Amino acid sequence: MDKLNIQIGNLALKNPVMTASGTFGYGKEYTDFIDLGKLGGICVKGTTLHDRQGNAYPRMAETPAGMLNAVGLQNKGVDYFVSNIYPEIKDFDTHIIVNVSGSTIEDYAECAARLSDLDKIPGIELNISCPNVKEGGMAFGTSACSAADVVRAVRKVYNKTLIVKLSPNVTDITEIARAAEAEGADSLSLINTLLGMAIDINKRKPVLSTVTGGLSGPCVKPVALRMVWQTYNAVKIPIIGMGGISSWQDAIEFILAGSSAIQIGTYNFIDPTISEKVVNGIQEYLDNHNIAHIKDLIGALEV
Amino acid sequence: MKKMLDLIVTDNSQLNQSYCLLKLSTTNSSPLPEMFPGQFVEVHVTDSPTTFLRRPISVNFIDKEKNELWLLVQAIGDGTRRMATYKKGDLVNLLLPLGNSFTPPESSDKKDRVLLVGGGVGTAPMLYWGSILKEEGYSPVFLLGARSSKDLLQLDEFAKYGDVYTTTEDGSHGEKGFVTNHSILELPDFKQIYTCGPKPMMMAIANYAHKHGITCEVSLENTMACGFGVCLCCIENTTRGNVCVCTEGPVFNIKDLKWIN
Repeated sequence: MDKLNIQIGNLALKNPVMTASGTFGYGKEYTDFIDLGKLGGICVKGTTLHDRQGNAYPRMAETPAGMLNAVGLQNKGVDYFVSNIYPEIKDFDTHIIVNVSGSTIEDYAECAARLSDLDKIPGIELNISCPNVKEGGMAFGTSACSAADVVRAVRKVYNKTLIVKLSPNVTDITEIARAAEAEGADSLSLINTLLGMAIDINKRKPVLSTVTGGLSGPCVKPVALRMVWQTYNAVKIPIIGMGGISSWQDAIEFILAGSSAIQIGTYNFIDPTISEKVVNGIQEYLDNHNIAHIKDLIGALEV
Repeated sequence: MKKMLDLIVTDNSQLNQSYCLLKLSTTNSSPLPEMFPGQFVEVHVTDSPTTFLRRPISVNFIDKEKNELWLLVQAIGDGTRRMATYKKGDLVNLLLPLGNSFTPPESSDKKDRVLLVGGGVGTAPMLYWGSILKEEGYSPVFLLGARSSKDLLQLDEFAKYGDVYTTTEDGSHGEKGFVTNHSILELPDFKQIYTCGPKPMMMAIANYAHKHGITCEVSLENTMACGFGVCLCCIENTTRGNVCVCTEGPVFNIKDLKWIN
């Protein structure tokens, strides 16, 4: 499997396949289905400084080839993670990345600082792109200036690998990408969910309690792929591509568009073994096409 | 342990215009994974372009002799309509078993009256649970409600495990009205009530049970994306905060819910 090794910041991933935050719990929910040791890494559920109950029910609407969610970062807070969840997951044979979110810049920095002491957490993914919280979240990720502010503040207190997760709900994603890179991000992950909505025509009401929510699943793949390609051409740091990946073929597309690694999100709900299948599929693709190393495919799209 | 596996359709019979009873078994005659009453499965529906997520369906019955899992399916959307067309020999991919299960009556006195109330497709888990209670020596009483007699399903099956009382909204079978108005509830001598069905029905039963000091468990069917505790979409606001119905439920004791008026 050596031809699948990939470096993201200080992270030496055994392969480019990771799982996306919010779709993979803390990894332990999947151990009945797959061997986590086969994965390059897992991004655990969005974690905030304080406990969050998330949004009211209903939080989900199915769409053609996808779904809308309005979970709103429900989690028990970083201290609970450190004392209760971390001990349970720290010995998984894969890289565990914690997705960090907040309502204020200070929250992000404090949450990151509390995670920096954990030996088995080699990196964090800064979520400046959650569309489902009233304050913070996506608000930081939709202007280059505020994105720069939050990345700068976290970079000051966090020395391990810092991945910044970008929102697609912007006019020019490359502007935000460049701002994050300039402030010292080691890698960019994209895309988070696209803002959308669904209506119950009988009740004439929104399906989601929050009216709008985040769209994910195969339906967003073309948009995600386009944004990965644009971002790849705008920055030098490695990109972790995601958005609707549901097969190894999708993963190869994202790598050709410029992703050094990929994350699988919503499709984990449909097939909890998909991540392992994607690892195997990429390996076979390299073998069948006599490609020496996955690196040779990154951004190898011929246009 | 949860599994993802392909099961083979052994039978799919249309019970009425909108319900079918799907029977599934393993492809290699190995025993089905153990499933408890109240648990559910997630069905991967293919060949339905508008269906993306798996469909959560409760375990209707386990026929141990035939090694069959029964699913009572109400065709209400494209996914369940597709399931109604499954033929003997088709393979269906499932995640199972999911969720918690009903807990046995608090008192071990087998003479205690135990009531199982089901409405609509919510009658489904009551059959399996009733069969197990009977096996354990209890004499469960079933109270089943539907719009009209043609919507009352599996009555012969229920009758194998206990007394069956019914209500229909049009009065075509049993007492006219809703299960919550049935005359057997007038004398509140039940020690335990289990219920599954439309939320207003379950809330009315929960309040009845609370008023009379009867232990009561309800089985919820909040919409969900994953079925194993990662999407956090199916939450119920309980006394311990928002929890996932798919992992901490679907069965809840009413004292943990915020349902009591």
